[in-house]
Amino acid sequence: MAKDYLFGKTLTELQNVVKETGLSAFTAKQIAQWLYQKKIGSIDEMTNLSKKGREYLTENYEMGIQKPSKVQESVDGTKKYLFPAHRNLYIEAAYIPEDDRKTLCVSSQVGCKMGCLFCMTGKQGFQSQLTAGEIINQIRSIPESDLLSNVVYMGMGDPLDNIEEVLKSLEILTSEWGFAWSPRRINVSTIGLIPAMRRFIEESEAHLAISMHSPFNEERKKLMPVEQVYTIEQVIETLREYDFGRQRRISFEYIMFKGINDSPAHIKGLTKLLNGLRCRINLIKFHPIPDSPMQGCTHETMMWFSEQLNKKGITTTVRRSRGEDIYAACGLLSTKELVKKQSEPEF
Amino acid sequence: MSVVVRKKKETFKVKIISNTEIAEGVYVLETKKTGNFIPGQVVAVAMQPNDNLRLYSLASAPEASTFRILFDVKPDGELTPVLSKLKPGDCVHVSKPFGRFTDQGGPAWWIATGTGIAPFVSMMEADGFKDKTLLHGARYIRQFYFAEKFQKSMGSQYLRFCTQEAGDGIMQGRLTGFLKETNRVTPELKYYICGNAEMVVEVRDILISKGVPFDQIIAEIYF
Ligand SMILES: Cc1cc2nc3c(=O)[nH]c(=O)nc-3n(C[C@H](O)[C@H](O)[C@H](O)COP(=O)(O)OP(=O)(O)OC[C@H]3O[C@@H](n4cnc5c(N)ncnc54)[C@H](O)[C@@H]3O)c2cc1C
Ligand code: SF4
Repeated sequence: MAKDYLFGKTLTELQNVVKETGLSAFTAKQIAQWLYQKKIGSIDEMTNLSKKGREYLTENYEMGIQKPSKVQESVDGTKKYLFPAHRNLYIEAAYIPEDDRKTLCVSSQVGCKMGCLFCMTGKQGFQSQLTAGEIINQIRSIPESDLLSNVVYMGMGDPLDNIEEVLKSLEILTSEWGFAWSPRRINVSTIGLIPAMRRFIEESEAHLAISMHSPFNEERKKLMPVEQVYTIEQVIETLREYDFGRQRRISFEYIMFKGINDSPAHIKGLTKLLNGLRCRINLIKFHPIPDSPMQGCTHETMMWFSEQLNKKGITTTVRRSRGEDIYAACGLLSTKELVKKQSEPEF
Repeated sequence: MSVVVRKKKETFKVKIISNTEIAEGVYVLETKKTGNFIPGQVVAVAMQPNDNLRLYSLASAPEASTFRILFDVKPDGELTPVLSKLKPGDCVHVSKPFGRFTDQGGPAWWIATGTGIAPFVSMMEADGFKDKTLLHGARYIRQFYFAEKFQKSMGSQYLRFCTQEAGDGIMQGRLTGFLKETNRVTPELKYYICGNAEMVVEVRDILISKGVPFDQIIAEIYF
């Protein structure tokens, strides 16, 4: 039988491991420190554990750390790392260095179930959930790990469709026994899966980014099937129920499609929808994916759109495009060619 | 952060009228109604009010006195293995109907695989099939749930595609294969697609590659 992994276990889970071994209870914290702070590569390196304890762990567990198997570097310094996930599947993480920050965009699922029209990951369908260990392994195992200032959960998959493992990964990242990061360094994105979004808001302190892309139901429905059941109005109503304080940020991601969501009516729609909500909008350039029926807006249109929204009192920024040449940009992470179909399709 | 009490979608405890296994691991569950609905809408279902909710398309006529849902059991799933064991008289928690995968009028194709056929059962039973063609894909003939009803009401507007078996009036091969080959795909029609993400995305890509504007395509994904 395959051994269980230690990396990715929360303190509570490590306490259960320790109970089985007969090691003293405080050992769990020591193991957590070895795993998440000292970043060792093998159980043998946990030198403050008894020899017997280490032997027990080695017999029953593996570390569960995976190095990236491939890297592609963009002309602008963005790097796309390919990681093996379980069942011979692969995921990607994008490292984005900027002057004042170094960000890693991590994946939370292999593929995605949400089928957004503009997204390359959506095209490969859903293969599997990632474990908390596989999520934080992306942060732990890139060569630039110690340089990272921010992590965004905006890679493959909707993080909130894998809420249990994502919450566990956030606990490990932000606990004092774990990576001890401030939750303000972490941004989790969703297309608005309302029940899971409530849990995320209540059980985490990290920032929240909502993929909006249109303020209008009929239009958003065509871009994002999720709108059939969780409308953007309902998402915003839900957000209004919470007090996010001054530190925690809500942002809306808005990919700009030429002739589709770039009109004065959209500015009006956004202003009405977001009225009174403390938030910001990030405008994102669309990188057309193969066979896409949509095109991206020009930089000028994006600047105009941003200016109009700012004038209406909604803080709006135009996100710089990164890693376009290596398909490392938002919605472009995909390992389609590497994913073997798991079963005969039913259609 | 100050936290408000979590307002989950409200559910109502309702009695089960019947629960029938119509194919291996696939059930039709009939419950008391929690409200009126438009064909294409869904309900959220759970065993207890605080459990995680799962969504199901309503597969009954809006004027029927009961709700009907069609579900397949996911062996490691949280809800469906439990749902499959329920007996008449047992209770389940069901929300009021909601969702917007509803008919926008005009001629259209309905495209479904697996339990994705459910909303079209409701639309058909509400007599909304006059200017519609239904494309139904499955691996085995027994997986054409509600086929008799569709055949009876839609006749030649009901097309079945089976990948693993041959049968009377059933086209052999993949539904997506037919879509690629046919010259009946036109940009004026609306296309309603329902099923898992992989199918919806593949069908949508084929339609777009054949010149259908993306805003003529309305998709419901069982995520
Ligand atoms: C709008 C909408 C309408 C829907 N309508 C229908 C319908 O009419 N009929 C229908 O049958 N379904 C429908 N669904 C799907 C339905 O909501 C449920 O998702 C489905 O029934 C499974 O529920 P479950 O609790 O049994 O399984 P879940 O607990 O949700 O698990 C589903 C599958 O995922 C796997 N899984 C769970 N957790 C993990 C994990 N951490 N890692 C890896 N794999 C995991 C399980 O093994 C299982 O195979 C609909 C979904 C949506 C969004
Ligand atoms: S945009 Fe996000 S939620 Fe939508 S299909 Fe892509 S990965 Fe999934």
